[in-house]
Amino acid sequence: MAEITIDGIAKSFGATRALEQIDLTVADGEFVALLGPSGCGKTTLLRIIAGLESATSGRIVIGGRDLTEVPTRRRGLAMVFQNYAVFPHMNVYENVAFGLRMQGADEARIKARVGKATELLHITPYLDRYPAKLSGGQRQRVAVARALAVEPPVLLMDEPLSNLDALLRLEMRAELKAVLREARTTTIYVTHDQTEAMGLADRIAVMHGGRIEQIDRPTAVYERPATTFVGGFVGSPPMNFLPVTIANSRLELPGASLPAPQASGALLMGIRAEDLTPVADGEGLPFDIAVVEPLGAHDLVTGRSGQTLLRVAAPAGSGHKPGTRIGLKPDPKRLVWMDPASGRAIQAQ
Amino acid sequence: MKRTQSRALPYLLLAPSLVFLTAIFLLPLVQTIALSFSESGVASLGNYRRMVSDLNFGLALRNTFLLVLVVVPIQLALALGMSVMIEKIGRGRDLVLWVWTIPLGVSDLAAGLVWLAILQDRGYLNSALYGLGLIEGPTAWLTYETPGTLFLGVVLAEIWRATAIVLVILVAGLQLIPKEYREAAEVFGARPWTIFRRITLPLLKPSIQTALILRTVLAFEVFAVVYAIGGTNFPVLVGEAYTWQNANQNTGVAAAYAMLIVVISLAATAIYLRVLRVPAEQQP
Ligand SMILES: Nc1ncnc2c1ncn2[C@@H]1O[C@H](COP(=O)(O)OP(=O)(O)OP(=O)(O)O)[C@@H](O)[C@H]1O
Ligand SMILES: [Mg+2]
Repeated sequence: MAEITIDGIAKSFGATRALEQIDLTVADGEFVALLGPSGCGKTTLLRIIAGLESATSGRIVIGGRDLTEVPTRRRGLAMVFQNYAVFPHMNVYENVAFGLRMQGADEARIKARVGKATELLHITPYLDRYPAKLSGGQRQRVAVARALAVEPPVLLMDEPLSNLDALLRLEMRAELKAVLREARTTTIYVTHDQTEAMGLADRIAVMHGGRIEQIDRPTAVYERPATTFVGGFVGSPPMNFLPVTIANSRLELPGASLPAPQASGALLMGIRAEDLTPVADGEGLPFDIAVVEPLGAHDLVTGRSGQTLLRVAAPAGSGHKPGTRIGLKPDPKRLVWMDPASGRAIQAQ
Repeated sequence: MKRTQSRALPYLLLAPSLVFLTAIFLLPLVQTIALSFSESGVASLGNYRRMVSDLNFGLALRNTFLLVLVVVPIQLALALGMSVMIEKIGRGRDLVLWVWTIPLGVSDLAAGLVWLAILQDRGYLNSALYGLGLIEGPTAWLTYETPGTLFLGVVLAEIWRATAIVLVILVAGLQLIPKEYREAAEVFGARPWTIFRRITLPLLKPSIQTALILRTVLAFEVFAVVYAIGGTNFPVLVGEAYTWQNANQNTGVAAAYAMLIVVISLAATAIYLRVLRVPAEQQP
């Protein structure tokens, strides 16, 4: 059993608040992605879980054991470092074997496990090489193999695929997911690539400025962001936010009337690019097209509605022209309402 | 035009220092070699014969090697321990390092005199021992009748005086090793001693090599400390060169001693370069 409980963790570096107040429970065998922009505290949180950094307050519990006083080496976890930390004076084989040697595994077992891990990451041709003679991506895969080889109950990964080309990353992502699921490894996976987080994770924790803004299943985070930050950070293109004024609990648009979660006042209406349907001018929201980007699967149309920048995913080859005006019809079932002052979602009554 | 100029540039820039080194190092060296191989202007091995057959030669050679073999490993071990401890200190680190390196600022003769003041018949050590009732009166530790304590005194003084240079080199070397390597080892279950042995020590090898070469070469040249503490009771190679040059007025034999020391130092350096070599591919 390796359930991770992060209980009120805060961390300051002198005057800098790196983590505000983190509460997070990762179930045994669950895969949680930590997603957030650069500098939001992802690495710091992983290092605190690993015991490489001490928290200013709060505690870490893994498998029911409070780890506050437990040194790193007895926490029984493995980690992939953001800058790899592959040992330069050991060849690839010895690097991957390191954790097993520390556990006192016998040579046959080491050989088998190293073989399995290096095969998974496609680095078997380099077993005798030293890291100085590997490319950045190969070194990164050595770091991942080193962590997988020990088959840990808890695995912490800090952007483990960031340096791979798109195709290899896609392949590694799928294989990692399969292996970790089969081994029922409890995994915390740091990334700022939101497609990676969506594809891999059972749940995504979106971090911002040292806080967790939202933690939920990938589709829920995508469809029902808890804050405007999450809506803007998760998904490509980011979610559209349109300031609107509500009267009589409804939002009146030309040719459409939508129910709103409050009686009156200003709100932000959040809607994904693919949930806006282009219609003829005069219906729905007026929209002045500025740029049309054909992306293959669809056309990304950028323009303005009043003062607000909107992005719309129109069907491919729909033939929209920059400089023309059309109308946009929002899908009423896929709207999120945000409070413009706090930027938080308003729960519909 | 441009290309030839840029190719010549490094050599032009190096030239002044090369001229300087040739003038103050290479020429005297050649001169010393010539001097050691000639007797009243005639080529001969006479100086070396006289050196080797001298009564003090074997003793000086033995003492010098003994000193190096005892002092340098102790200094390396001490400096390693001290540098690792300094790494762990947060606040006050600079102060500790400063105190530990004070002996670096003391000339070797002064260092020898300090230890003489401690170890001589009526020195601080004897006063303390007398005060504790461990000895009955002034006791001599530094005569040729007490070679053991004399040797110990010299070893102590050398360690006190010259460990700091090893320490400084190792501290600088440790700072170059990213802490992630040790952290990664720790995450994968390595104990502190294992991390030191399997990560820190191998990555520190280049610094250890530098420190050992420097310290060993200097240790083979040990003189002032020995002279201050033991006078001629503890002959060492450089001391013999000094005696032949000044007391015996025989520059030829002194030059032979100087050459012997050069050869030993070069050999030691070559051994370190070979044994502690780090292949380019294993460097960080
Ligand atoms: N040792 C340190 N001393 C002082 N401040 C630090 C230290 N480590 C991190 N910080 C600060 O803490 C904040 C969080 O850093 P952290 O490395 O956790 O970010 P991150 O989310 O991993 O970013 P990235 O995606 O760029 O890796 C940053 O503002 C950073 O400047
Ligand atoms: Mg980071």
